[in-house]
Amino acid sequence: MPTPLVVSDVAKSFTMHLRDGIKLPVVAGVSFSIRSGECTVLGGPSGAGKSSILKMLYGNYAVDEGQIIVQHEDGLIDLATASPRTVLAVRRLTIGYVSQFLRTVPRVSALDVVAEPLVERGEDREVARSKARALLAQLNLPEKLWMLPPATFSGGEQQRVNIARGFITEHPILLLDEPTASLDARNRDVVIALIAAKKAAGVALLGIFHDHDVREAVADRLIDVTAFAAGKIAA
Amino acid sequence: MTDEPLLRVSALSKFYGSRVGCENVTFDLWPGEVLAVVGESGSGKTTLLNCLSTRLLPSSGTASYRMRDGQFRELYRMSEAERRFLMRTDWGFVHQNPADGLRMTVSAGANVGERLMAVGDRHYGKIRATAVDWLSRVEIDEDRIDDEPRAFSGGMRQRLQIARNLVTGPRLVFMDEPTGGLDVSVQARLLDLLRGLVTDLGLAAIVVTHDLAVARLLSQRMMVMKDGRVVESGLTDRVLDDPRAPYTQLLVSSILQV
Repeated sequence: MPTPLVVSDVAKSFTMHLRDGIKLPVVAGVSFSIRSGECTVLGGPSGAGKSSILKMLYGNYAVDEGQIIVQHEDGLIDLATASPRTVLAVRRLTIGYVSQFLRTVPRVSALDVVAEPLVERGEDREVARSKARALLAQLNLPEKLWMLPPATFSGGEQQRVNIARGFITEHPILLLDEPTASLDARNRDVVIALIAAKKAAGVALLGIFHDHDVREAVADRLIDVTAFAAGKIAA
Repeated sequence: MTDEPLLRVSALSKFYGSRVGCENVTFDLWPGEVLAVVGESGSGKTTLLNCLSTRLLPSSGTASYRMRDGQFRELYRMSEAERRFLMRTDWGFVHQNPADGLRMTVSAGANVGERLMAVGDRHYGKIRATAVDWLSRVEIDEDRIDDEPRAFSGGMRQRLQIARNLVTGPRLVFMDEPTGGLDVSVQARLLDLLRGLVTDLGLAAIVVTHDLAVARLLSQRMMVMKDGRVVESGLTDRVLDDPRAPYTQLLVSSILQV
């Protein structure tokens, strides 16, 4: 099975210059790969570095050491050293990401927030909007909210907008940071079904799921992040 | 998407006597990219913007711009007339104070129309129609077209200045604190408008701001300046979520949470 993303010996720490340069190690020696058509789950307690790993894979956090090799278009790219412009292209075409919280933009409707990643990939705006409508309906977001900016939505409503935005494209790799955290049971089941459909379409998924039932339902493989505890390697 | 940048800047420095304006700035800007330059006052960001837009000549370094014919031209070797032509047609410059970018004593319509006439448009009806169209795109009612910007609010003036700059279909727009001095609600509206226009028109832009929220909303890439030097650069969300340089950490940690 193809492995479109391979992580090897990645290390990450934060240096707090305003606190006398204290170094906070996060993870070290992170090595794993993910496979197309599978959902790999990062496990471990809060603070183990799960989100930090996802953020490095999306280029949102800098990488101190190691390589993150991703299959992008017809070549391989090391995200740990790629230029900002390359990372933007990888985000547009190759790696999708559902963050924990939706970052809202004033005055942009929920529908356009969801349609935007498709439009960025060159899809016609109306086609993108009709796909967005279908996804929002599937996620049971009341139709009267679609034309409103999501800033005033409840946590669960914002999260569903965020999920729709992440799932609307056909990125071959999809990162999920607790997509079901603030959802009720009915909508959790919808997300489980959406993940199953992505797997069937050959997408490689990597996620963090605190909800035990969801994890059981979607995980093909579990990676225990405590194995990458920074202290352990350094010692 | 083209594989060549629109603007190439290499080792650009500007000294005022022995004082540093900006020093050794190097970057490329591609079509459709928005680059934010952030830093506190005196960090050199406005000096850099003025050098790039050739309003100021640098002490050393080069900047070359890809013209519409695909050829790169060295900005500081162009004649004054060529630079002015570029400024009038292919570039825009949005000033912090709209009064610096508008003609305050001619009508709103004329402010927009003037840039069109500068690129050779002569048909009155066409110019007026385009002006009306652009005023509506920046959310100014058609019945204000004959009013002078003096009679406009700060937010409206700024939107008019944006219309005046974008009407010629520029490929590169320089913005100096475009939301500075506006009320927060007016800022949000302007930012949203700018964001939409930049995306729809595929503009490249260099935005100087001290407001990190503005940088987050408008730009994909960011440069942080201090004492005339670039102390950190990268993807905007990377720089803001994982700041590495001491000064960037100070800036990010100083944002007030609401």
